[in-house]
Amino acid sequence: MILDDEVRCLRSLPFFASADPSKLKRLAFTSDHMRFAPGQVLFHEGDPGDAAYVILSGTVDVSVETPQGPIKVATADRNSIIGEIALLNDGYRTATVTASAPLETLRIDKHEFLNLMKDCPSMMFGVLKVLSTRLTHTTMELAKHKSAHETA
Amino acid sequence: MEKSLSRYIWKHTWRQQIVILTIVAVSMIPYFLSLDLPKQIINGPIQGDGFGTPDSLQPFFEVGFDLPLIGHLNIYAGYPLDRLSMLMALSLEFLALVVINNGFKYVINTYKGRLGERLLRRIRFQLIDRVLRFPPSYFKRTKSSEVATMIKDEVEPLGGFAGDAFVAPAMLGGQVVAALAFILAQNFWLGMIAVGMAMLQLGIIPRMRRRLIRLGRQRQLTARRLAGRVGEMVEGITTIHAYDTSNYERADMAKRLGEIFAIRYDLYQWKFMVKFINNFLAQVTPFLFYSIGGYLTLKGSLDVGQLVAVINAYKELPSPLKDLIDWDQGRQDVQVKFEQVVEQFQSDGILPERIQSVFTDVPPPLPGPLTASRLTLNDDSGGRLAHEVSLEIGKGETVAFLDLNGSTAVAVAEAFGRAIWQTSGKVSLGDMDILDLPESTTGRRISYVSTETYFFDGSLRDNLLYGLKHAPLKPAVREGQRAARRRWEIKEAALAGNVDFDTEGEWISVAGQTTIADDEILREWMLSALDTVLLSEDIFDLGMRSVVDPQQRETIARFAIDARKTLRGELIELDLPQLVVPFEFDAYNSEATIAENLLFGALIGGDAAARTIISSAYFRSIVSEDGLAEQLFEMGRKIVATMVELFGDEQQNNPLLPEMLLLEDREVPEYVRIQKEVEGKRLSEANEEQRRVLFLTAFSYVESRFRFGVLTNEIRAKIVKARHRFYENLPPNLQALIARYNEAEYQSSATLLENIVFGKISRVYADSHSRILSLIKKLAMEQNLYDDLLTVGLDFQVGPGGKRLTILQRQKLNVARAIIRRGDYYTLNQPLPGLNPNLQAQLVKNVISFLRSHSNGCTIIWVLSNPRLSNHFERIVIFDHGEVRANGSHDDLMGAEDGVLNELIVR
Repeated sequence: MILDDEVRCLRSLPFFASADPSKLKRLAFTSDHMRFAPGQVLFHEGDPGDAAYVILSGTVDVSVETPQGPIKVATADRNSIIGEIALLNDGYRTATVTASAPLETLRIDKHEFLNLMKDCPSMMFGVLKVLSTRLTHTTMELAKHKSAHETA
Repeated sequence: MEKSLSRYIWKHTWRQQIVILTIVAVSMIPYFLSLDLPKQIINGPIQGDGFGTPDSLQPFFEVGFDLPLIGHLNIYAGYPLDRLSMLMALSLEFLALVVINNGFKYVINTYKGRLGERLLRRIRFQLIDRVLRFPPSYFKRTKSSEVATMIKDEVEPLGGFAGDAFVAPAMLGGQVVAALAFILAQNFWLGMIAVGMAMLQLGIIPRMRRRLIRLGRQRQLTARRLAGRVGEMVEGITTIHAYDTSNYERADMAKRLGEIFAIRYDLYQWKFMVKFINNFLAQVTPFLFYSIGGYLTLKGSLDVGQLVAVINAYKELPSPLKDLIDWDQGRQDVQVKFEQVVEQFQSDGILPERIQSVFTDVPPPLPGPLTASRLTLNDDSGGRLAHEVSLEIGKGETVAFLDLNGSTAVAVAEAFGRAIWQTSGKVSLGDMDILDLPESTTGRRISYVSTETYFFDGSLRDNLLYGLKHAPLKPAVREGQRAARRRWEIKEAALAGNVDFDTEGEWISVAGQTTIADDEILREWMLSALDTVLLSEDIFDLGMRSVVDPQQRETIARFAIDARKTLRGELIELDLPQLVVPFEFDAYNSEATIAENLLFGALIGGDAAARTIISSAYFRSIVSEDGLAEQLFEMGRKIVATMVELFGDEQQNNPLLPEMLLLEDREVPEYVRIQKEVEGKRLSEANEEQRRVLFLTAFSYVESRFRFGVLTNEIRAKIVKARHRFYENLPPNLQALIARYNEAEYQSSATLLENIVFGKISRVYADSHSRILSLIKKLAMEQNLYDDLLTVGLDFQVGPGGKRLTILQRQKLNVARAIIRRGDYYTLNQPLPGLNPNLQAQLVKNVISFLRSHSNGCTIIWVLSNPRLSNHFERIVIFDHGEVRANGSHDDLMGAEDGVLNELIVR
């Protein structure tokens, strides 16, 4: 897969949809193209978050540690982004991500991503849009649970 | 140390000083003979005195003295010679005297030089010896580079002076007295004038020079401080860069240099002023002779002959007088320097010599318990660290120290490790104060590790074994010239009051015995200690990255070659062959640069060799065939264009710029310019610079890294063909720069890892590097060679202060260095701060079980930064605000009502 294909893939993500084409190409270039075999771990719960991964092909399992052992909570596949929250804050990974099929990813370094945000306001809007959509979604969920709790 | 330099010199060199005075006295005889000889030659054979007739003879080399009372004493009547023979004989005598005089000069100067150098060596050694015996507090106030400059530079002139310390005043003084006596004999009053003026000179000039001495002292101090600051600047260079304070440093340095300049300029002005007055005084005397002497002559009370004799005699006087005054200045100068240095090397708490005396036997096990009684510790400013702490730690206990508030645990541990000394109270072992015990006992039976790590420039092995080198046990075996050289070294060391321990000899003994530990034992110790602190993987990695001499380590080289095949087999078996792209002569390697693909060999001499080959006419001719050059030029153009698209708006080089753009230290705007210039041009139309840039860019392109999609299969095939052509007629001068990859041969210029992998590790596959390493480890273990590979890593050079290792590696090595020692007490003072909690727990467990099994019945005291780990210890002592707050077993403290331990753990 060459750089231009990777740029196309990034473009399809809401996070990067509104970024300048040349900046996006630079982001792709400074990111590492990485492959994982099934069973290999991208990152562990509790690790410091230093990068996000864009899945170019393949699938991953997302799992969290519980006293009863790890529980699979979600899966992700082509054209999705994993661990993106780590790009925006200094937190730790909240889940473990494992490749479940031969996986091809683009590893986006946190510092490079932040530099790009500074240079490219249009992309910042894209990110804000994604975050606010999620927040709306979460608020709605919370309201639903709350009303369910109160009526109960 | 003696404060008066003259006394110091006399004390250590009086024998040599007497010898040299004697030699100087003896040398005067031929010297005076040679002064008289020219007159004899001219008056005798040349002018014909005593050779009245052609056949008259005169005695040659008549020896005799006119003695009072006895009369003329004739020792040798002389050999009769005629005029011509006499001329020749006297001339030959003159020649002989020239040789003898210069011979004496040579002997005297060498002797003085040697004496001075020995004294210098003695002073330096004494200063170093004192540095080694200073109390720890001294080093909190002293800059290391200041100490270095004192030992190296400031005492240097002392050596030059020592040879002249007594000889010069004796000789020069003698000459002055002789000349003055002669003048006095000619005419009393003129003589008194000369004496008066000489006294004036001797009185005034040294007085004026006092200011010079004061300035000299200032110069010495400012220069020393400059050295201290320069040292500080170098050590703190990362801080300077981090906070952009380089200009502040420049300002400070410029100010200091200005101060030094001002002092030196002042010094010069005054110095030449003194010189002026000195010269004036010296030359005003002839004026007095001419005027007063002339007046006396005119009046008839002095005859002309006497006046001329006096003036001639006086001519002889100024030079020894001036030299004498100069000598005196030199003496005062070095005296001041000496005092300044000696003052700095005085300290109240200096350790007595017996504490550090050499002890080659096995020290007896230390008695128990380790007791702190009413121990009070203060920091430098007088702040209280511990207040009357009393504590007893029995033999064989495993104790954790914890701090609730303050840093008392750390301080008490430091006192146990003798890193700080108490203000009052004491630390004792059984009934002995630990500060009174010789270091040969405490330094061997007690191991202390703190957060601070210090490593000496050298190999990892040297540093790991450092804590075992206590006393010279056996000198190294030498033969022939080296043995003679060693005997000479020992003799000289004794003459300069130095020690003559053999650094190349054996220093390490088997624990608890006097037998010397051999390499096999040492290796086992090192590897087990490294394993305990979880450092083996790192060492293995370091070993893999190092260049190994295949002749010296034959088994490893053979293993590397065999492992090429077995590793590939393993990878295929694991279904991971894609992790390594092997070097194959007939295939393009997509993980390597185009240049690497063209050259296909290990470079001997690194990048410089690559540059030489690439710019050679032979290489150019290879590339220009087949139309490859044009295609590479086009590729370069496309890559530069993409790079400009990506980074063209940057005015400065982005740290993420690929290495290729930085090849020649060019800035991004230059690439923008070149890209515009070459637009639409073909290779034949481009100039040298444009070609160079485009080719170099193309050469450093790696498809898998850059993913620009510019490398077609056609170009790949052409590159492989060019590679074949390159090796067909490789000229000998290029052969010396590159070794073609050969599956069956060890590549001595490549690292061990490169040799084993024999290809490129793919950068696309996650964890490929560590997977390969663990596979190699597995292979090595199967062949019982893992330990050998680890020892390669032990040769890694750690750099000054161990700076080539990471902080974590340094901390682990610090612990390893302590536990490799067999002793009775181990104090670990927060040795691994900031380590992740899981690893920390693992390490604490490992170290405790290692010490339990290796050092029977030893006591372990561990100051923990993480209270959760306290469950690994038998007893826990919790300090709070300088006092002991709780003391008991883990279970007791957890169950205690006040719950201090619980509070610590939860917080």
